[in-house]
Amino acid sequence: MSVPVRKFDAVIVGAGGAGLRAAIQLSEAGLRTAVISKVFPTRSHTVAAQGGVAASLGNSEEDHWHWHMYDTVKGSDWLGDQDAIEFMCRKANEVVIELEHYGMPFDRLDSGKIYQRPFGGHMSNFGEKPVRRSCAAADRTGHAMLHAMYQRNVKANTQFFIEWMALDLIRDEEGDVVGVTAMEMETGEVFVFHAKAVLFATGGAGRIYYSSTNAFINTGDGVGMAARAGIPLEDMEFWQFHPTGVAGAGVLITEGVRGEGGILRNASGERFMERYAPNAKDLASRDVVSRAMVTEINEGRGCGPNKDHVMLDITHLDPATIMKRLPGIREIGIQFAGVDAIKEPLPVVPTCHYQMGGIPTNYNGEVVVPKDGNPSVPVKGFYAAGECACASVHGANRLGTNSLLDLLVFGKSSGESMVEFIKSQPAAHKPLPANAADFSLSRINRLDNQKDGAAVGATRLAMQRTMQAHCGVFRFKDMLAEGVSKILDIEQQVATTEIKDKSKVFNTARLEALELDNLIEVAKATIVSANARTESRGAHVRDDATDTPERPDGRDDVNWLKHTLWHREGNRLDYKPVNMKPLTVDTIALKKRAY
Amino acid sequence: MTARTVEFSIYRFDPDRDEKPYMQSISIELDGTERKLLDALVKLKDKDDSLSFRRSCREGVCGSDAMNINGKNGLACLTDMKDLQSPVVLRPLPGLPVVRDLIVDMTQFFKQYHSIKPYLINNEHPPERERLQSPEDREELNGLYECILCACCSTSCPSFWWNPDKFVGPAGLLAAYRFIADTRDQATSERLDNLEDPYRLFRCHTIMNCVDVCPKGLNPTRAIGKIKDMMVRRAV
Repeated sequence: MSVPVRKFDAVIVGAGGAGLRAAIQLSEAGLRTAVISKVFPTRSHTVAAQGGVAASLGNSEEDHWHWHMYDTVKGSDWLGDQDAIEFMCRKANEVVIELEHYGMPFDRLDSGKIYQRPFGGHMSNFGEKPVRRSCAAADRTGHAMLHAMYQRNVKANTQFFIEWMALDLIRDEEGDVVGVTAMEMETGEVFVFHAKAVLFATGGAGRIYYSSTNAFINTGDGVGMAARAGIPLEDMEFWQFHPTGVAGAGVLITEGVRGEGGILRNASGERFMERYAPNAKDLASRDVVSRAMVTEINEGRGCGPNKDHVMLDITHLDPATIMKRLPGIREIGIQFAGVDAIKEPLPVVPTCHYQMGGIPTNYNGEVVVPKDGNPSVPVKGFYAAGECACASVHGANRLGTNSLLDLLVFGKSSGESMVEFIKSQPAAHKPLPANAADFSLSRINRLDNQKDGAAVGATRLAMQRTMQAHCGVFRFKDMLAEGVSKILDIEQQVATTEIKDKSKVFNTARLEALELDNLIEVAKATIVSANARTESRGAHVRDDATDTPERPDGRDDVNWLKHTLWHREGNRLDYKPVNMKPLTVDTIALKKRAY
Repeated sequence: MTARTVEFSIYRFDPDRDEKPYMQSISIELDGTERKLLDALVKLKDKDDSLSFRRSCREGVCGSDAMNINGKNGLACLTDMKDLQSPVVLRPLPGLPVVRDLIVDMTQFFKQYHSIKPYLINNEHPPERERLQSPEDREELNGLYECILCACCSTSCPSFWWNPDKFVGPAGLLAAYRFIADTRDQATSERLDNLEDPYRLFRCHTIMNCVDVCPKGLNPTRAIGKIKDMMVRRAV
C-alpha cells in the first residue's frame, strides 16, 4: 500500500530540549529539517525540569569542569564512559552561555551573572564539599529553557509537525536509516518522512512504572521504535528513583529544595541523611538518598498513618527565599499535597524519574551498534540525544542537573554531526525500501480489527504494577526472575490490545495503544537486563549482591564493569566495555563511592 | 477516602461519526483518590475510550489540558474535584474550532503568539560570557515568562472571540511585554510598531477575564497596560 512521502534533509523526532537544541543547529545551517512531535513543543516534558542545569561557570565560587567530570564519573558509579563525560562537562559553559544568549531568563547574582545553587553530588575539588554549579531560573529551569529554545526555533523558521506521532524507523537493506513513518493525529493518516539523517530525541519512558514523576507522554517511543528496528538498548536496568516525589501524587519536588537548605526527616524528626552520608548529607547523590529513605520507611521510621513516606522540611528557611527561589514548589505542595511548605514539611517518597540507559550512542550523537567484533559501529543516518539516548554519561546513576546539560550538549553535538553528514552525502536521498510503511500500517490495521483483545489501560497498569513491585529502588533475585516471566506474559496481551474507538479523528485511544507497544519494549529491556546483572551498582541494587570487602557495596568491577546491550530478538543480552579513557585528562580511577 | 458517584455533562463531537455536537451525561464512581479533575477524566476514559482530551504533565506546567470547566476556563490537572459542583459540565475552550470533544484547534492562538516575534532580538555580537543583567532587571520578567501557553486567557476574552485574527490576545501580549521588559532585548520600538494598530493591542478593554482564569496566577491585563503606557509616552 502506498502512503504519501515527505522529503527532508533531516528529521527530528521529539521537540523537547534535545530535539529543539538539535533543530536550532540544523535550521541555522540552512538544512530542510522537520521536527515531529506528539505535542506542541513547549508541552514536552523538559518543561517540568525544575532545579537547574550544571555548568562550572564559577559565578559564586571557584569551580572547574574537571571537578564536574569527577563528580559525574563517581555519580555514575564508574559505569559512565569517561570520554563522553569529559566532552559533556567541558562543553557545559558554552551551551549554557548560548542559552542565555537565546534569551533564557536565568536568575541573577548581584554581579549580573547567572545565579547558581548547590545540587546533589556536585562538589568542589574532587569530592570535597558541595559547590554551587546548578544554573537556575527559580524552580522553573526546564520551563524557561524549553520556551527559550522553542522561541529560538521560531526565529530560525524550523518546520514543525505538531501532534504527529512517529511510528517506526525505516532502515534500508544495508541497515542505514532513511526515514520514519508518522501519523497525523488530527486525521489518522500515515506518512513516510524520507530523510538523509534521523534524530531520535523522544525522551524517557518513566511511565513503565506505576509511580512516576514523568508526564503521560513519556512512553519511550524512540526507544521502542529503535528496538523494533533491531537496535540494541544499553544499560536499561538503570532507572533513577528521584528521592522527592510528592507522596501519593508522584509530582516532582526538585532537589534544588535541598540545595537551598531543605532537610529530609523521618517520623521522629531526625535528619537521617547524616547517618547515611555524613559529608554530603541531604545533598548526596540521588540513588544514595532514595535508598536511605526506603530503608527508613522499611525499618518503621516512615511518616503518616501508613508510615509510608518521609518529610522534606523547609520551614526553617526564610519565606522570602522560598517565594523567590522555590515558588513553583510551594504551588505544587499546595496543589498536590495540600501543604504550604512555608509552614509545614512536605510528604515525599522516592519516585521513578529518569532512564539512564537507552539507544547506544557516542558523544557525537551517532547511534552505535556492535558489528564484526567492534562494539560501537555507527548506524549510518541514525542519531539519538537526550534521555532516550545512552552516550553514556550517566552510567548507573545520574546527577541532578546533568540531564538538562545532557540534552543541550548532545542535542547540539548530534545536530552538528548531522549537518556534517548530510553535507557529505550526495544530493539525492538514498532510496526508500519498497513498502516502507507496511509494518506501521499493519500495526494500525491490527488495532482496527482486533476482537476480544486486552484493554489498553488495564494492560498498561499490569505492566506498571509489575515493574514497580519487581524492579524498584531495591531489587530481589527471586522477584526479578518472577518479574521477567510476568512482563513476558503481559507482552502477549500487548500484542492483542483492543480499542473501541475506531474514529480517524484525533483518536487518543489508538495513540495510547501504539504507545503501549513502545512501553513494553522498554519494560522488557529493563527487567531482563536487571535480572542478569548480578551485582549492585548505582541505581541497581540487589539483595544477593551485598557489601563485602572484595565487593564494596556489592559492586563487582571484575565481572560487571561493562555496559549491557539488550537485543529485542530473543531477549538476548551481550555486553561492551566501559570507556575508561577520557579525551585529554587521566582516567578517574575506580574507587568505593562515599558521600 | 470515601467513594461517591459524580455526574458529568461533557461536550462530545467526533466529526468522523457525529452530525453535530451533543452533551453527554455520564456518571462515574470515584473512590476518593482522584484529587484532580484530570484524574477523574482518565478514569472516565477507561470506561469510554473514545472520550478525547489532551493531557501530559498533570502538574500544571505543560498547558495541555485547558478546558471550560463549569463555565470557567482552567486546567483539569489543577482543578480540585472537591470544589466542583455536580454535574460537572465540561466544554472545549470557547471561541476556537473544535477538532474533537474537548480538543480545540489552537492554530489561531499560536499564530497570534508567533506574530509578536516571541524571541529575544539583540543584533550585537554576543559576548564570550553571559550578558549581564541585574537581579532587579531580571525581576521585571517575573509574572511574564511563566506563561504555559494553555490559552485559558485568550479563549476567555470577548475581544479575542470577536477578532481572533486581528487582536493578539492576552497570551500573545503578555509574551510581547516579556521581551519588551527584558533589558537584553533591543527591539522595543519595533515591537511597539508591530502592535500600533486599532486591533492588535487596543482591542483590550480591560475586562480582565484573562487575569481571572490564568492557572499560573499571571496578569496579562497589567502587561497590556504597560505596553499601552509606552505607546502613549512615545506618542507625546
